[in-house]
Amino acid sequence: MSGSTIDPRLANARAAPKRGMQLSWADPVFRSIIWQTLIVGLIAALLWYLVANTSRNLQVRHIATGLGFLSNTAGIPIAETMIPYDPATSTWGRAIIEGILNTFKVAFAGVILATILGTIIGIGRLSKNWLVAKITAVYVETLRDIPLLLQLLFWYGILQGLPGPREFKGSTSPIFLTNRGLRIPSFGWEDAHSWALLAFVVGLIGTALWNRSANRKQDTTGIKPAVWPVAVGLMIGLPVLVWAALGAPFVVEYPALKGFNIVGGSTITPEYFALLLGLVLYTASYIAEIVRSGIQAVPKGQWEAAAALGLHPGSVLKLIVLPQAMRVIIPPMTSQFLNLTKNSSLAVAIGFQDIVSISGTMLNQTGQAIEGVGIIMLTFLAFSLSISLFMNWYNARIALVER
Amino acid sequence: MNNPAAAATADSAPVRERPPASVYGPVAWARTNLFNGIFSSIVTLVFGAAILWAVYGFIQWGIINAVWWVPTTAAGTLDPTSCRAVHGVGACWAAIHDKWRFILFGRYPYDQQWRAGICIALFLALFYVSADRRFWNKWLAVIWTVTLIAIGVLMWGGVFGLDYVPQDEWGGLPITLILSTFGLAFAFPLSVLVALGRRSTTLPAVKILCVTYVELIRGVPLVALLFMANVMLPLFLPEGVNFDKLIRAQVAIILFAAAYLAEVVRGGLAALPKGQAEAADALGLTYWQKTLKITLPQALRLVIPPLVNTFIGFFKDTSLVLTIGILDLLTASKTAMADPVWQGVSTEIYIMIAIIYAAFCYTMSSYSRSVERKLDSSRNR
Repeated sequence: MSGSTIDPRLANARAAPKRGMQLSWADPVFRSIIWQTLIVGLIAALLWYLVANTSRNLQVRHIATGLGFLSNTAGIPIAETMIPYDPATSTWGRAIIEGILNTFKVAFAGVILATILGTIIGIGRLSKNWLVAKITAVYVETLRDIPLLLQLLFWYGILQGLPGPREFKGSTSPIFLTNRGLRIPSFGWEDAHSWALLAFVVGLIGTALWNRSANRKQDTTGIKPAVWPVAVGLMIGLPVLVWAALGAPFVVEYPALKGFNIVGGSTITPEYFALLLGLVLYTASYIAEIVRSGIQAVPKGQWEAAAALGLHPGSVLKLIVLPQAMRVIIPPMTSQFLNLTKNSSLAVAIGFQDIVSISGTMLNQTGQAIEGVGIIMLTFLAFSLSISLFMNWYNARIALVER
Repeated sequence: MNNPAAAATADSAPVRERPPASVYGPVAWARTNLFNGIFSSIVTLVFGAAILWAVYGFIQWGIINAVWWVPTTAAGTLDPTSCRAVHGVGACWAAIHDKWRFILFGRYPYDQQWRAGICIALFLALFYVSADRRFWNKWLAVIWTVTLIAIGVLMWGGVFGLDYVPQDEWGGLPITLILSTFGLAFAFPLSVLVALGRRSTTLPAVKILCVTYVELIRGVPLVALLFMANVMLPLFLPEGVNFDKLIRAQVAIILFAAAYLAEVVRGGLAALPKGQAEAADALGLTYWQKTLKITLPQALRLVIPPLVNTFIGFFKDTSLVLTIGILDLLTASKTAMADPVWQGVSTEIYIMIAIIYAAFCYTMSSYSRSVERKLDSSRNR
């Protein structure tokens, strides 16, 4: 008998005792099954009760469930549209899509602007300049303590209180800020610009590839070839060349006062402007705190060790501190982006037609409450999931690889 | 060598020079903190000028050009002519003088508003007591129950010789405090149950339920939930049964708050060393003994700062009931602005309620920071 095999007479004694579930309160498995059945049963009964009530109520009110109403004519005007929309003929489905696009428009711009502003303010709080540190601290403390809705109403009130277009008679300014919104010069977009944009993207990819090979060369030889001349040539030179080759079209349409209104250029409505301003200023105060605590979470020894190695101050920040701070910053930043997206639903209070506002109108006019709330929930769940997925991907990419 | 002491005194006569101005004093301070380099100096000058300009503008608008009171006309109404005259260049504080009781108490009967005032005082006392470590035991639950019942009695009335005031007459700051505090009082026990359910290892079905609940609620904005409570709750209930709008909003806020609080509580339970639960198991404690006597009290102490921060969030978020037309502090002030007498007066009223909100939030957040410091110092001892 070899020594590695277990004595067969002992095998039974070594195995965990096999025991069937006993129908006794003393058996934890039995207990857990009873508890779960009880709780799930209770909640299922409650849900069934609610569903039964709802279907009875819907019958009484003659509301048909289902999504068929989405192909009916909406008949509501939408002030800001991104795809062609006509209140007389367009369907509810199209109105809903407009709402989703409007929410996207606010959330996307808001996330980018709030990140930029929040980072600047967060770094400002760590400034050695006493005045800058104090101003940014007051900014953060004040804006965090006032409800966002109040801030939105305040900005919207201020924008509505601006002078009307008539008061700008004789003005030659290229930008008009009136109670009808912000008018800025618009840019005549032509085919040549699309090609130039494509050339820029090509240049961007080319620069990234060149940067990668330069890094590889640095790893093997210790000398890094210059990147910036290639970057300038590919990202600026190439698009300009393409644009010039196609005739260099450049048309800017300036807004001008005609009659009682301003025409030309493109408009940012007061509703969108106020919503974006409020969301960005409010969220930036939270992002600033995240950035500040992220940078402070990097131990002082890291700065000192990097300086002792003779790294340039800019390199210390870029190569040593930020990669470590990012680990701390990204997860709470993700939840701020989610908050900003969810807070964009406050648009309903100042009349910007986002998904909540349009679904609300639909819900009041058609009575399709369940479908309307379902659409809102699905939209926000989709937004939240995409932000989370993107941020998780980014977080995994920048995470410090430990042994 | 013969007399070193005498030589020393002769050599170093006591020098009573002032410290050099380049190291100490306001000038040196300004040089290191305000004008440290060209860039820093430019930034200081630009920001300093901007601040001076803003302060000057505010003093001009808010004090020098402001109208503090307006005369009463023969008909007994206020005459806002002087306010309209300074519109745009001066503040009209007279409007607040006229409207502050409406903003604070809404449509609560004017001669009964002392009751709503006492309720605000009771809320403040409740917060003050809750912040005190000495009451962090079972007495806190008793104090909360008694105070909330007292507030309910005072607001509704109908007993002890108090006139009955229906809910749709309530308004202003009491509504904001009721929605947030009652919301917390009901959401907190629910959130503890949800957090325990989410951490459960023996009840997988309950765990799935809790995860679904928390993630679903956290994925949706509060506005959508309020909306849902407003239009869908009547559909859910049998015919003839209907709740008041305020209660519907309160239900939405409780469900919303419980999901967020559950995550905070779960964080505390997760942060607790595993040995605590294992030791309790080894002593033969049952699940509820272990939870109520060992893990939960320690976990809750750990999460007091984030709990307070979450509460600050709800306190601000109660303002969203504006979207379903409940007369809370913000809605009351919007209504006050709509008064044709005080046309164009909005900034002044916004400033007033912003100060009220900020005072509450700032006090709570500085409290949360002080608790955090204490917890940190006791942990790092």
